[in-house]
Amino acid sequence: MTDDGYSLTSSIYGEKMSLTNATEKEIVQKEMTINMGPQHPATHGVLRLVVDLQGETVVGIDPRPGYLHRGIEKWMESRTYHQIIPITDRLEYITCMNNNLGWVVAVEKLAGIVVPERAQFIRMLMAELTRLSGHLVWLGTHALDIGAMTVCMYTLRERELILDLTETVTGARQTVSYVRIGGLRNDVPRDFLDKCREFTEIFPKKLEDYDTLIRQNRIWLKRTKGIGKFSAEDAINYGLTGATLRGSGVNYDLRKVEPYAAYDKVEFDVPLGTEGDVYARYIVRINEMRQSVRIIKQCLDMLPEGPIMTADPRYAVPDKATVMTNMEALAHQFVLMSKWVNMPKGEVYVATEAPKGELGFFIVSDGSGRPYRVKIRAPSFVHVGALPKMVTGHMVSDVIACIGTIDIVLGECDR
Amino acid sequence: MTPGSYLPGHFLPVAIFLFVGIAVGVGMLVFSRLVSPRRPYREKLMTYESGITPFSDAHQKFSIRYYIIAMLFLIFDIEAVFLYPWAVAYDRIGLYGLVEMVIFIIILLVGYVYAWKKGALEWE
Amino acid sequence: MPDMQQIINFIITIGIPVVVLLSFILANAMYLQLMERKVLAHMQSRLGPMRTGWHGLLQPVADAVKFMFKEDIIPAKADKWVFSLAPLIFLVMAFGAFVAIPFGPDTVIFGRTVHLWVSNLNIGVLYIVALAGIGTYGVIMAGWASNNKYSLMGGFRSAAQMISYEIPMAFAIVTVALMAGSLNLTEIVQAQSQKWFIIVFPVGPVAFFLYLIAGVAETNRAPFDLPEAESELVAGYFTEYSGIRFGIFYMAEYMNMMIVSLLASIMFLGGWMPVQIFPKLLGGIPPISWINTALAAIPPTLWLLAKLYFFIFFYMWIRATLPRYRYDQLMTIAWKILLPISLGTLLVAAFMKQAGWM
Repeated sequence: MTDDGYSLTSSIYGEKMSLTNATEKEIVQKEMTINMGPQHPATHGVLRLVVDLQGETVVGIDPRPGYLHRGIEKWMESRTYHQIIPITDRLEYITCMNNNLGWVVAVEKLAGIVVPERAQFIRMLMAELTRLSGHLVWLGTHALDIGAMTVCMYTLRERELILDLTETVTGARQTVSYVRIGGLRNDVPRDFLDKCREFTEIFPKKLEDYDTLIRQNRIWLKRTKGIGKFSAEDAINYGLTGATLRGSGVNYDLRKVEPYAAYDKVEFDVPLGTEGDVYARYIVRINEMRQSVRIIKQCLDMLPEGPIMTADPRYAVPDKATVMTNMEALAHQFVLMSKWVNMPKGEVYVATEAPKGELGFFIVSDGSGRPYRVKIRAPSFVHVGALPKMVTGHMVSDVIACIGTIDIVLGECDR
Repeated sequence: MTPGSYLPGHFLPVAIFLFVGIAVGVGMLVFSRLVSPRRPYREKLMTYESGITPFSDAHQKFSIRYYIIAMLFLIFDIEAVFLYPWAVAYDRIGLYGLVEMVIFIIILLVGYVYAWKKGALEWE
Repeated sequence: MPDMQQIINFIITIGIPVVVLLSFILANAMYLQLMERKVLAHMQSRLGPMRTGWHGLLQPVADAVKFMFKEDIIPAKADKWVFSLAPLIFLVMAFGAFVAIPFGPDTVIFGRTVHLWVSNLNIGVLYIVALAGIGTYGVIMAGWASNNKYSLMGGFRSAAQMISYEIPMAFAIVTVALMAGSLNLTEIVQAQSQKWFIIVFPVGPVAFFLYLIAGVAETNRAPFDLPEAESELVAGYFTEYSGIRFGIFYMAEYMNMMIVSLLASIMFLGGWMPVQIFPKLLGGIPPISWINTALAAIPPTLWLLAKLYFFIFFYMWIRATLPRYRYDQLMTIAWKILLPISLGTLLVAAFMKQAGWM
């Protein structure tokens, strides 16, 4: 399938149809080509899939991402390291905190910045809250795609609690831009910890509700078991990461393998699946949510006192009160905000465990305050590549289940 | 009641009601035609193809499965049609009717089992 | 030249029932949408429509006006005649089915015995099933004429699903006809005056559940709503429809739901018979006998309507609860599970009747 008819010269009234040009062999092979997306209810944004069907069976599927391409990587080259933080919010717009964190961790590794303990813990706390919110959106939309519409409403209800918590800390609900190079923008407000603890009491019960609504449902089992199978070997070869990989039984979680923030100081398990199908990935993600709650609880217990910004004077953005009263701080803040400081030359690749999978930032620094080149390893993009293998041979309805299970966000996929 | 006498009495209201149903449907269409705007342009009249220009005609060959289902449906629906009068008259025909219908159903079941074994009911 | 008396008689026996039934159907078709939105909303911890009127009570009116005043788009590549005709066929067939439904026993109103049906067809059930069969044409015509791949797939899926589930449904209905000895809906209700068919063990409950499942599938409702599975086929066979034609499809779907629910109430739940708490076992014991008397005092038509809305509520309930089946699973259920069970039920019923156990 090469001619998608998407040229401006082709007539829409059907004179130039792909089937008329097709050879006889092609006609025998495929009976119908349908186009899902970019404007389709189940493609999670603007993913476009060209699906070849034989009856109801999918014989070929061709993902065509790029409808949300904004040139983010190029854009980053013209911004300072600090100014890039809000751009990362626009990558995976459901779990912005994790993107902030991924970028900042990469920059800190490039510059060798030591981040104070409290900031690390708050980062981890916020990242896990955001992971919960991301997984809730996944669960809701996945269930909605398969037809269980009520779950979606329930998950969004609990996500609202998380967004409220995020709002109390960052002032924003979605695009937070909260994590700063070397620390955090501000400390958490006083009542936040109590609210958060309250949330960790409520949430596990709600989680069990969704799980009973879905897991004990025979239709759900029929729709998800044995669909979109990926063996461990294939999953590694296709570069899958995150829960999509762990559903196949590969124990690879960057929070354990290369701990960042304070993940080496808390206890949590990495849930693994065995079958590698849609159902296994569902179980993995549900269990991940339970582990996230566990991490959040530990964070709340262990949260140390102390500064939230690095002591390194080069990279620490002075707080507003100091800027208003101290001349040196004002000058320093001006420099940081306008051109940042000169970073060490070199290349660095740091990956973090975002809710969707391994989110990696590869930074090439030429020694200035702006990166020379940034490459984003977006899990969604890699996962879209696994769709053909996942779906081929299944039915149309399974395409939807598989799109749901790889948990993509097109903002990140197309960048 | 003789056949000639009950037909109009019972089916006249049916005919009237169907006519009223058509009138309601057509009335809605006509009214809508009168009050709704009509501003067509090329893109609006394009077939929906998930946000891109449609690239092939939808009137294509279709899976043989649907035809098989249609055939099977015909057979079983005709069986059902035979069963309706049988069920109504069952009180009067008694054991004779039961034996006859069992034989009839068994003959159909043979065909059903054959279709099943042949894989006509499989979708993969 | 017919005399005055004949004309008046004609108006009273046919004209008034037709008008009453028509308004009943239209009002229901409009307000069931609101009911569905409200029921789903409250099950999903939402409120549903709240702005138009008190708790959204005027929402159906607003919807109707919107449907009327929307541009009615016929795609350039569509088959215009078939495209225009399809919703009409669907609507008229849904309409027509109501004629045979009896809404209660003969009642005396203003000193006149009134039949609560438009036509007491002696083949009532068969007539309704036949009209439902023709309704399938509307769906497949809509799918074909739209010249849209989603519509076409939706149309094919829908047609295949409707005819597949029509068979177990037909056998369940034959079972009822066998038990009642009639296809006339009034007689079917009267046959249940002693015992509702749903509690005639063992065939009654089985036939009831067969009918219920097949009924959900026949009306393309969740979890069998594959023809209009919005996450796969956008809106299925009416993807290309807009304005009033879309509205007609929408209304007709609710009418079909009503028909299926009414038939279920009439064939299995004793139609307009009141609910009684163990009339034979505990009927004489005072508190229960009072309740039974009170229940029996409620007008029969209200009982039928209560059962109707219970079924419709049940449909909405399962829509809020269950995910959607896949196409092959749907077909497997119809052909490999429901069909053998329904045939077996029919045979068991025939044997039981022959042996005099029923």
